[in-house]
Amino acid sequence: MTAFIEPIVGRYVHVEIDGETNRIYFEENGSGIPLVCLHTAGSDARQWRHLLTDKEFTKHFRVIAFDMPWHGKSNPPDSGYGTEYKLTTASYTATIRAFCKALDLDRPVVMGCSIGGRIVLNLAIDHAKEFRALIGLEAADFQQPWYDTAWLNRPDVHGGEVCAALVSGLIAPQGPQVARNETLWGYKQGGPGIFKGDLYFYRVDGDLRGRTASIDVRECPLYLLTGEYDFSCTPEDTLRTAAGIKGAEATVMEALGHFPMSENPAQFRRYIAPVLDDIRARNGA
Amino acid sequence: MSVSAEQRSKGPPVSFTDAAVIDAFRHIPDYLARDAALMARGRLLDVDCLLGPTVQPFHVSIRAGAIVDITPAPVLMRSSRFSYLASPQAWAAYWQPMPKAGWHDLLSLTKRGEATLSGDLHPFIAHLQYFKDVLALPRRHGFGGAA
Repeated sequence: MTAFIEPIVGRYVHVEIDGETNRIYFEENGSGIPLVCLHTAGSDARQWRHLLTDKEFTKHFRVIAFDMPWHGKSNPPDSGYGTEYKLTTASYTATIRAFCKALDLDRPVVMGCSIGGRIVLNLAIDHAKEFRALIGLEAADFQQPWYDTAWLNRPDVHGGEVCAALVSGLIAPQGPQVARNETLWGYKQGGPGIFKGDLYFYRVDGDLRGRTASIDVRECPLYLLTGEYDFSCTPEDTLRTAAGIKGAEATVMEALGHFPMSENPAQFRRYIAPVLDDIRARNGA
Repeated sequence: MSVSAEQRSKGPPVSFTDAAVIDAFRHIPDYLARDAALMARGRLLDVDCLLGPTVQPFHVSIRAGAIVDITPAPVLMRSSRFSYLASPQAWAAYWQPMPKAGWHDLLSLTKRGEATLSGDLHPFIAHLQYFKDVLALPRRHGFGGAA
């Protein structure tokens, strides 16, 4: 066989979340420190494919990315069909912890983007001992809304088109066109109301203002990185959040927006490589 | 009168004149007519709206994705379904070949208070990428001699 086959392996794991079995699709590659990656609202784990195939990172990290229930190739739980999907701080946290437990991951690193970045802060607040490091991309304790999410799921507006069109402006213009297109393609493929349901966590339920000061980075190091073109979670939002957490590290990434790992993988690599090196050094790996 | 954006308010280092911004806006129908793919994306759109710089809005009539009329406002008793108006410095910054962060998207401009969106937003939201791309056309056509 001469065709190029990527080293990523995808499988399904059955995970019990809040009393119900969820069939969760995940992809992985590499060995070493487990590194669990969380996709943005309304998209799926394909956003992480460049990190998953990075030859250097996967020498030292077992990189794992999963589709949240209702996203990508992870279907809704059986009881979920016909109901309105709403992600909450509690359900999101439970999903991540259950997934890590199902795979028997030993104090994984968790890196999340956008809603994934927000929930990483909640993991740092309530479950720091379970993780060896936490990385929040486009993460803040709160950010100001800039559109009405009611537009995301209504019969007279194409959900895929409007979701992609709304987030298109969050991508920095410097990225390769194909990577920018691929990032938006994920948004065009989301299920009806799923982006909106994720944003219930982001906009309504997951306001962490006043809680992040309790984060102890000596227990679990916390890295925050935000793209300069992200006007949803702005660099100022991240810097304000980091300023309230003693010892948290914050970086503003140039020429990147809200989807650094997928919109411009090479540029993102420049910023995430030192973070992963630091985590390796702390863990003697 | 030539003014820099920074002279008007804290903004990007973009030099412009109101006249240049208004003139660029007048050319958008021609730019659009030459872009078959963009016209096709708007093929189901018929709307009359108010678009442009705050100093000189335009009544814009769109039929099947083509701008069939663009007339400086005000026009006596002319109706419009929605409006998107931005400051001249916002348009000048938006039309740069590589716009600065925060000046690179129609909705980043509304968030930072450089643009206002009002009226019945359904046609705008249902064709959001179309409007973003139509209103970005002067960027591709060398606004300010940049291209």
